[in-house]
Amino acid sequence: MTPCEKAAFICNKAQYGEATFIEKMKLQFHLLMCKTCSVFSKQNADLTSLCEKAKLQSLSEQEKIMMKEKLQNKG
Amino acid sequence: MAALKYTEKVENLKVITSNSITFDSNEKRMTANQLHPETWVDAYADYLFNFAVARVSDAEIAKDLVQDTFFAGLKSAKNYKGDAAERTWLIAILKRKVIDHYRKINSKKGKAEVRMSYSTSSDSEGDWLEERVADPFSTQENSVIENEELGLAIQSCISKLPKKQAQVFQMKTIQGISTEDICNELGINPSNLWVMIHRARTALMGCLNDNWY
Repeated sequence: MTPCEKAAFICNKAQYGEATFIEKMKLQFHLLMCKTCSVFSKQNADLTSLCEKAKLQSLSEQEKIMMKEKLQNKG
Repeated sequence: MAALKYTEKVENLKVITSNSITFDSNEKRMTANQLHPETWVDAYADYLFNFAVARVSDAEIAKDLVQDTFFAGLKSAKNYKGDAAERTWLIAILKRKVIDHYRKINSKKGKAEVRMSYSTSSDSEGDWLEERVADPFSTQENSVIENEELGLAIQSCISKLPKKQAQVFQMKTIQGISTEDICNELGINPSNLWVMIHRARTALMGCLNDNWY
């Protein structure tokens, strides 16, 4: 049986569509037997859908560095 | 009877004094707010950016507005009385900047005019006014507002994460950069990345459970 750490790892990967078919099968099999992991898996999926729904946007690291530089030059 | 009234008065007095004491300590706590401009970009840039994007719907303009907000904040830092949290204060400045932005684009000649065509299709059925009444069952407006609040809630949760975790999470989830590219850019190995993602996600779940649901 897949250990919980491994299951969590696959679950995280699955949130970004990076889990392979076999990994997904292993995860599903694990979730059938492990209550804790199925709760985690559900919350994880919720977080993904919330992030998608919110249409989050963020500045890239370079843009932030530029901002800092401009701020310092001004200050 | 008189004695009873007296005790009542004394008790009232006690309430008043205890109130004033708590008020004092409140005020002391509030004035403890201080500005730390050197941490602004890391702590608030994304939060302000999301706020601005929702209002001007253009990433470039929003970025400029955030930058302007930081400049203005630095310039008027001496006017900061410390009775609002740093972020609230910056948001207040950003709001003014957004208003100024719309004022500026509207002041260009001819643009202030509001043009409306009442019938887009001439063969539409029914009364022209009736067709334009807002649909009371529409949930679109509410969901737009709710999504914006959700975005800000997530963003403020992200800003509570350790910097490295927040960075990895944002690159992966929001900017959608592939695992390989992130590893190359930050000089970490994939298993390291997934551990960070795992910690960030777990922390965010907890934070959103407290603040959103």
